[in-house]
Amino acid sequence: MARRDLERLLAELTPFSGLRDADLTTVAACGQNVSFAAGTYLFREGEPADRFFLLRQGRLALEAAEPGRGALVIDTIGPGEVAGFSWLFPPYRWQFDGHALDRIAAVAFDGSCLRGKCDGDPRLGYELMKHFSSVMTDRMQSARIRLLDLYGQTAG
Amino acid sequence: MYSVGRPDAATEPMLPRLHRVRSTQSDGPDVVTLGLEPEDSQPMSFGPGQFNMLWAFGVGEAAISVRAGSDGLLLHSIREVGAITRALCAMKLGDVVGVRGPFGSGWDVEDGRDRDVVLVAGGLGLAPILPAAWEIAGRRADYRRALLLVGARSPGQMLFRRDLEQLQSRGLEVQMIVDHASAGWSGQVGLVTELVERSDFDASSALALVCGPEVMMRFTARALTDRGVPAGAVRISMERNMKCAIGLCGHCQLGPEFVCRDGPVFDYERMQPLMKVREL
Repeated sequence: MARRDLERLLAELTPFSGLRDADLTTVAACGQNVSFAAGTYLFREGEPADRFFLLRQGRLALEAAEPGRGALVIDTIGPGEVAGFSWLFPPYRWQFDGHALDRIAAVAFDGSCLRGKCDGDPRLGYELMKHFSSVMTDRMQSARIRLLDLYGQTAG
Repeated sequence: MYSVGRPDAATEPMLPRLHRVRSTQSDGPDVVTLGLEPEDSQPMSFGPGQFNMLWAFGVGEAAISVRAGSDGLLLHSIREVGAITRALCAMKLGDVVGVRGPFGSGWDVEDGRDRDVVLVAGGLGLAPILPAAWEIAGRRADYRRALLLVGARSPGQMLFRRDLEQLQSRGLEVQMIVDHASAGWSGQVGLVTELVERSDFDASSALALVCGPEVMMRFTARALTDRGVPAGAVRISMERNMKCAIGLCGHCQLGPEFVCRDGPVFDYERMQPLMKVREL
């Protein structure tokens, strides 16, 4: 995918929508196209989180391995969604395993490259942080509501 | 044969008709489906989303939505949550159950004609949605996109899988999501609202039918309206403590509404302010 196409793609996706064209160019410069076969682990818990992924095709399962129970799936992430926030905060380590459920096509962003650009341009850093916070808040709300264990209640 | 259609006029609404249990089936942890046959051989006609009062004699009466009419049997799926539902779930073949109904407004599926329809169900809330889904499947050409979005606690607690597979093969786009799963699950994990956000439908003209626990319906209705579905085009099935089922006793009163008589299906637009009142 050409850099210009990548910028256009980013502009349509939640974490980057609304960014100025110049900012999209800056962000896109830290990204590269990647693909993974179904069954591949894109990252593993505890490994350095030096990048994050913007999924274009396929689904990714966030898993935690539990001895005796195998992998437990916490969340699934699909096309147009971001996988990975650990690159944003020290100690920059993945908290879960990322398992490709299908063949995945994605844009992988170099986390330290993007952090460096944000450090050098706090306005861009603030814009990106606002956008990522929105996505993180949605994920947190989803997790909180699931903690309520709603479906055990009576209905019907 | 039972039919999904216009409900019978309840001539003696307080008088239970005796039905005999002709089939029992476990549909997951704590959920049993009873197939009931009327002793008087008079079949009951019901509308999608309506409910009956099922009487476990000597124990009490509970409001249970009608899941289906199949092979001459009226199907009710019941989750064991208290003394009455425990007694109903423990029924054996040949036992007798009192049935009053059908009651309530039900889903106006016809309203979705020539529009996209989005059915969203959580947990046992799938049972009252299924008659609407089957009605849509039976007249599939009358509707545009038809989505059935289903949430459950885990893959093992995803109810009525056979219905879901059959509805998929009849032209409904069925998507399932669970709160958590083991690695063998190839479906989605997350909240049912995420399916609303990810699905492709024409929000501005869609009709949405939502059934499940009230908190889930609140979040789902919000996700639908955030997508652009008008609040008046979102229908939710409310649940309160129904007793008389004909709007006399007031047990199920929700502000100015009687859930048994005026509902259980309401416009979200009408319910939204009432759902914010914590005492109701």
